Amino acid sequence: MPIQYYIALSVMLFCIGVVGVLTRRNAIIIFMCIELMLNAANLLLVAFSKMHYATTSAANAATSVGTDGQLFVFFIMVVAAAEVSVGLAIIVMMYRNIHSVDINFLNRLKN
Amino acid sequence: MGTTQILFWLLSALSLFSAMMVLVSKNPVHSVLWLILVFFTISGHYILLNAQFLFIVNLIVYAGAIMVLFLFVIMLMNLNKETEPQKNIWLKLAGAISGGTLLLLLISVVRSATELQSKTVTTVTGDIGLINNLGKVLFSQYVVPFEISSVLFLSAMVGAVAIGKKN
Repeated sequence: MPIQYYIALSVMLFCIGVVGVLTRRNAIIIFMCIELMLNAANLLLVAFSKMHYATTSAANAATSVGTDGQLFVFFIMVVAAAEVSVGLAIIVMMYRNIHSVDINFLNRLKN
Repeated sequence: MGTTQILFWLLSALSLFSAMMVLVSKNPVHSVLWLILVFFTISGHYILLNAQFLFIVNLIVYAGAIMVLFLFVIMLMNLNKETEPQKNIWLKLAGAISGGTLLLLLISVVRSATELQSKTVTTVTGDIGLINNLGKVLFSQYVVPFEISSVLFLSAMVGAVAIGKKN
């Protein structure tokens, strides 16, 4: 497969996530769109790692180049899991205080 | 057109459609379910790229753990009804225009990049995504970031408990 197809797919998913963050008002859905953007970046990293492997393995069949990209995806998933746990705790705390998850009610930092 | 191409186009169309449905569904529970479908299709792309370790980690961590956490939070807060009271059409239009401009810009940059013109991706074959190779590199070359990520998990756990408890 050409690499441009994977780049185009990741860019489209990322832009859908950006539109979601910009247009929706529900804090949980905004959070889900951030997860969507993270996944688009992950897909792009895996595609680039396989592209790097394809260009190198033509000369050297027993190469292991491209492993770093997939490990970076693994670390991104680790960070995303930690981020989700803290972020959802913040959203629950916010719901307990102002009884809503609409971010329009968060325009004042006090009261 | 081989099986790989057909699977690629099918998975791409399904993931783009369900990503759009995450945006347009009014009910947050439906959004979560569509997002689970997006994660499943991205896992399908991983298995198409022969990244088997990331396939199973994506299924377990994202579609399993994180999405269940989202569903729990939505149901605990009793949000499974159609909220979002105000309908500001200009805000949605502005968001769509800025997202579309970003898409146009990125696509045109990728199309004009000459060093990406004839590059291909190895699908189906290639064993760098197997757990054997990844584990060897992870526990030799990347062992310090691995241990640091365990500290990150511990601090995230402490932070979630400290934020979430009633005072």
